[in-house]
Amino acid sequence: MAALIEIERLTKRFGGFTAVDDVSFTVDRGEVLGFLGPNGAGKSTTMRMLAGFMPPSAGTARICGADVVAQPVAAKRHLGFLPEGAPTYPEMTVEGFLGFTGRIRGFRGGALRDRVAQAMRLTQLEGVRLQPIETLSKGFKRRVGLAQALLHDPPVLVLDEPTDGLDPNQKHEVRELIRRMAPEKAIVISTHILEEVAAVCSRAIIIARGRVVVDAPPSVLEREGQSLEEVFRSLTLGEAAPRREAA
Amino acid sequence: MGATLTVARRELAAYFATPVAYVFIVIFLVMAGALTFTMGNFFGRGQADLQPFFTFVPWLFLFLVPALTMRLWAEERRLGTIELLLTLPLAQWQAVLGKFLAAWLFCGIALALTVPIWITVNVLGDPDNGVILAGYLGCLLVAGAYLALGAAVSALTKNQVVAFVLAVALCFVFAAAGSPVVTEFLTQRLPVLADIARGLSISDRFTGFTRGVVGARDLVYFASFIGFFLFVNAVVLDHRKAD
Repeated sequence: MAALIEIERLTKRFGGFTAVDDVSFTVDRGEVLGFLGPNGAGKSTTMRMLAGFMPPSAGTARICGADVVAQPVAAKRHLGFLPEGAPTYPEMTVEGFLGFTGRIRGFRGGALRDRVAQAMRLTQLEGVRLQPIETLSKGFKRRVGLAQALLHDPPVLVLDEPTDGLDPNQKHEVRELIRRMAPEKAIVISTHILEEVAAVCSRAIIIARGRVVVDAPPSVLEREGQSLEEVFRSLTLGEAAPRREAA
Repeated sequence: MGATLTVARRELAAYFATPVAYVFIVIFLVMAGALTFTMGNFFGRGQADLQPFFTFVPWLFLFLVPALTMRLWAEERRLGTIELLLTLPLAQWQAVLGKFLAAWLFCGIALALTVPIWITVNVLGDPDNGVILAGYLGCLLVAGAYLALGAAVSALTKNQVVAFVLAVALCFVFAAAGSPVVTEFLTQRLPVLADIARGLSISDRFTGFTRGVVGARDLVYFASFIGFFLFVNAVVLDHRKAD
């Protein structure tokens, strides 16, 4: 069976600037891929294209075999996506918001109630279910975004900085949650936190200036006698100077 | 269709969760009432109809409807929720149509709340209620046309003020296209354009409704006007959603 996420020569150009340059990789069931890179390296742009929000300039991506450009609705059905910054409708209550995304995903009546309750349980939101989202703290808002992505128990999860703004306990819980779900899903998370990669990811991709510079398990990256941070710095900074001169 | 209605329901609830709905409805009702009774000379005319009311409603919509549509897409962009909405499994046209239907239903609610004026005229005299019903239908169609136009403009820009001003200006162009000033000017200089301007004019089409005539051609005009701008909305959204 083909991989759940297939990214094929994905490219995004904004005017003359190439944000994502010929990126290809696949993610299988059971894999947790850490997507690393400095700010502006093209992480979010890649994820947005994968989620079907931005059309690619070239190349394509498939989610469970459904092409995000040719069959966007089918691809999105298999996908749980947490956009950058975990946007939500501020005036809605937690339960109302999750109910809205659940209804769009086709759940009704008892099934919808079960899904919403399950998503709130997984992200520990039961205590604030009737509060308007705008009154919640940053950590809670992020969890509402996460709950929305998990609601339909999708085979593919794409999470853009899922632990940003959470306190250490909440970070731990989210990582536990990801680890628990990992065996049945293909998960891509982007992060700045390198320890997180070592903690939850089975594989890491580092991208810099829109290109994949490393694709390996975190343990392999660390084994060469360097910490993950040193590897990250040497890969994303070290090559910067010569590349820019060549361009 | 399910996703369209779900979007519409959420949007409509959002109007009433914020002051937008109440401010809009109160201002609309106060202005409609005040203009009808003072400038429209409702009592002095000695006629039992809603002609003065129907004269002013499209002009009120000209300013109030763009205030409603300016936030339609601009707000989604500002909050980043556009990324959420458009990565849910629904087609783009469903999001566009859902938002439009919610705004249109909202305008319908505002119009329905003017019913006391209709009761007043029925108490005082013996009006032709068929004509009044046609007038209300005309008002609703004018609102729909302005909404579709305003929504398309809102998809163009992140800035709500720009969206408002542009939408008012464009709505005014279509409202004024049939006015004597414009058509006389065009007849003298560019006779070809005069007919086109009259054909595109919203107010010309609306006049028929206020006389109680619901013409098939007018209905087709409004349907295609709304359809066209919803299509423009979807196209613009597709090209600029990430900006």
